[in-house]
Amino acid sequence: MYYGDKQALFGVDLDIRKQKVTSLIGPSGCGKSTFLRCINRMNDVVDGCRVDGRIHLDGRDIYDRKIDVVQLRALVGMVFQKPNPFPKSIYDNVAYGPRLHGLAATKDETDEIVESSLIRAGLWTEVKDRLAEPGTGLSGGQQQRLCIARAIAVSPEVILMDEPCSALDPIATARIEELIDELRRNFTIVIVTHSMQQAARVSQRTAFFHLGSIVEVGDTEGIFTNPREQRTQDYITGRFG
Amino acid sequence: MTDMTVKCAAGEVRTDTAERVAKGLKRRYAAERRFRTYGLIAVCTALSFLAILLISIVGKGYTAFQQTKLQLEVHFDESVIAPDGTTDAAELAKADYNGIVKASLRRTFPEVKSRRDKRALYGIVSGGAGYEIYKMILEDPSLIGQTKKVWLSASADIDVLMKGQIDRSSPETERRVKDNEIAWVDRLAAQGAIEKPFNTALFTAGDSREPEQAGIWGAVVGSFFTLIVTLAISFPLGVMAAVYLEEFAPRNKLTDLIEVNINNLAAVPSIVFGLLGLAVFLNFFGLPRSAPLVGGMVLSLMTLPTIIIASRAALKAVPPSIREAALGIGASKMQMVTDHVLPMAMPGMLTGTIIGMAQALGETAPLLMIGMVAFIVDIPGGPLDPATVLPVQVYLWADSPERAFVERTSAAIMVLLGFLVCMNLIAILLRKKFERRWQCPKHSRPRSKPVRYSRPATRQTRR
Repeated sequence: MYYGDKQALFGVDLDIRKQKVTSLIGPSGCGKSTFLRCINRMNDVVDGCRVDGRIHLDGRDIYDRKIDVVQLRALVGMVFQKPNPFPKSIYDNVAYGPRLHGLAATKDETDEIVESSLIRAGLWTEVKDRLAEPGTGLSGGQQQRLCIARAIAVSPEVILMDEPCSALDPIATARIEELIDELRRNFTIVIVTHSMQQAARVSQRTAFFHLGSIVEVGDTEGIFTNPREQRTQDYITGRFG
Repeated sequence: MTDMTVKCAAGEVRTDTAERVAKGLKRRYAAERRFRTYGLIAVCTALSFLAILLISIVGKGYTAFQQTKLQLEVHFDESVIAPDGTTDAAELAKADYNGIVKASLRRTFPEVKSRRDKRALYGIVSGGAGYEIYKMILEDPSLIGQTKKVWLSASADIDVLMKGQIDRSSPETERRVKDNEIAWVDRLAAQGAIEKPFNTALFTAGDSREPEQAGIWGAVVGSFFTLIVTLAISFPLGVMAAVYLEEFAPRNKLTDLIEVNINNLAAVPSIVFGLLGLAVFLNFFGLPRSAPLVGGMVLSLMTLPTIIIASRAALKAVPPSIREAALGIGASKMQMVTDHVLPMAMPGMLTGTIIGMAQALGETAPLLMIGMVAFIVDIPGGPLDPATVLPVQVYLWADSPERAFVERTSAAIMVLLGFLVCMNLIAILLRKKFERRWQCPKHSRPRSKPVRYSRPATRQTRR
């Protein structure tokens, strides 16, 4: 993958297992977020971005010309590093996706989808009597859970999370990690994280990135207790990163 | 570096560095005080100029809000008004109402005999007094045949005299108002038959040759229609152009050229747009001259660059995180712009539009070129009727040699300034309201509700 003339990703070959959490770890600037954004083609909006290669979702290459990006993003949702709820009411935040893609025909259906998404995101009890209040009025952790609710409201197959807890305090982080564990039952999750402890807690598969290529991929247990590559060992023990 | 300690008279211990800093401090603080003083002087000078301007305008204009009226006993002679007993408005209009007024004056001052004196006597009442009698008859036809005391407008000269703007002590040959006229007016005043009620004609009448009958209503309606046309053309075009240029246009030399040109157009002298309007709208397309439609089209050309520039700035200010969130959930680019970016940028766009409209309201030069400088008496009924606008009305009255128009010019300027201040206030209020709404929603909650959660550790809701 290239930004203009500069190559950012070199020969990345990764299988992402269904209904498991895969974490991408590595030092800053190694290409994890870039790779993550390739999966739902968010890099298309960056000028001068070019991708060589293929990513297959459900057997189809998402970089094929015939693929509709809008449809792809309904199947692959994304949660960003800094919580970014829309400046609308909490209800409208969650309902926007389903309304957009025509997943809810009547108000009752929309109500149902909003309620179930907020319940699954662990936010329902806190906001159920103030759905009309603006989403930007919640605390940081609640905003991030709102963004997760927004992403799952369209029932995607994959959820991408780009360092979702880096802007949150430890308690909010713990809640989100619990949430990820629950969501794993229904969704495939790929999470980029700077914190190795988080990767160890949350994920089943881990990929270690370094300077734009994958150094090692494997079960999380194996990577953290018995890495094969020297660079992985160095990173995990904190000798660089 | 060795520290040299120096003991001062007060017993303090200072090092070398500290002493040097202390010496420089006095100079720095003095420079800061000087700078602040210059700033204060500049602000005070500007405010005093503003005060001088406002005081001179208000001082000259406040008297225009009063109109001298004379109370005369008028006999609504039916042989003059309706000899065959008709009450049809068209027929009544043909009667000689001025004759009724003159008859009333002769009765009030029976000692006036010579023709020259009589002409002077008739001159103390406004030339439009006859028309005022006609309107009274129209409102209440039962007046025909009665004799009543009614209030009629005084002529401009008497009006000016009563407002103290004519020097009574100057020699008679240098005055417009002669001694005998002053004597008659004083007699009426002694009887309590002269008053200066609020000048409603200023706000309800169209332009007129007689200052006491002249009003700004025609100009206000003309301005209104012109601004409506300007708003209807420039707001949609400006917003859509800004959205296209900011969101969808590719970044290449052509779009850079367009951006430079738009910025330049905002600085073009407005009279050039008037010439363009004359050449294209009037000569080529043959649209009606002096119409608010053409005026609005010319002014919209002028305000379009302002609106585009303000709208682009508002669009740029929308944070990219919202755009990414919208795209991430599967919105197409067009949906992202219409559902999220545009509503968030709308307050800024509206502010820019209102400011542009306020500028357009005060424009005179381009409208002179397309003919809105004519003397128009009737109130325009629509955007295609010939009309004039408020600033042009001020210009026409300022040009007039009559003394009574001086105060009316200032009054019209006050009305114009009032409109401009109102429009700018609305722009500021709108901006404040929308800023508060989406930036700090916590402040808009009613205070009686308890806070259910602690404030966020990171200030993510504020910019």
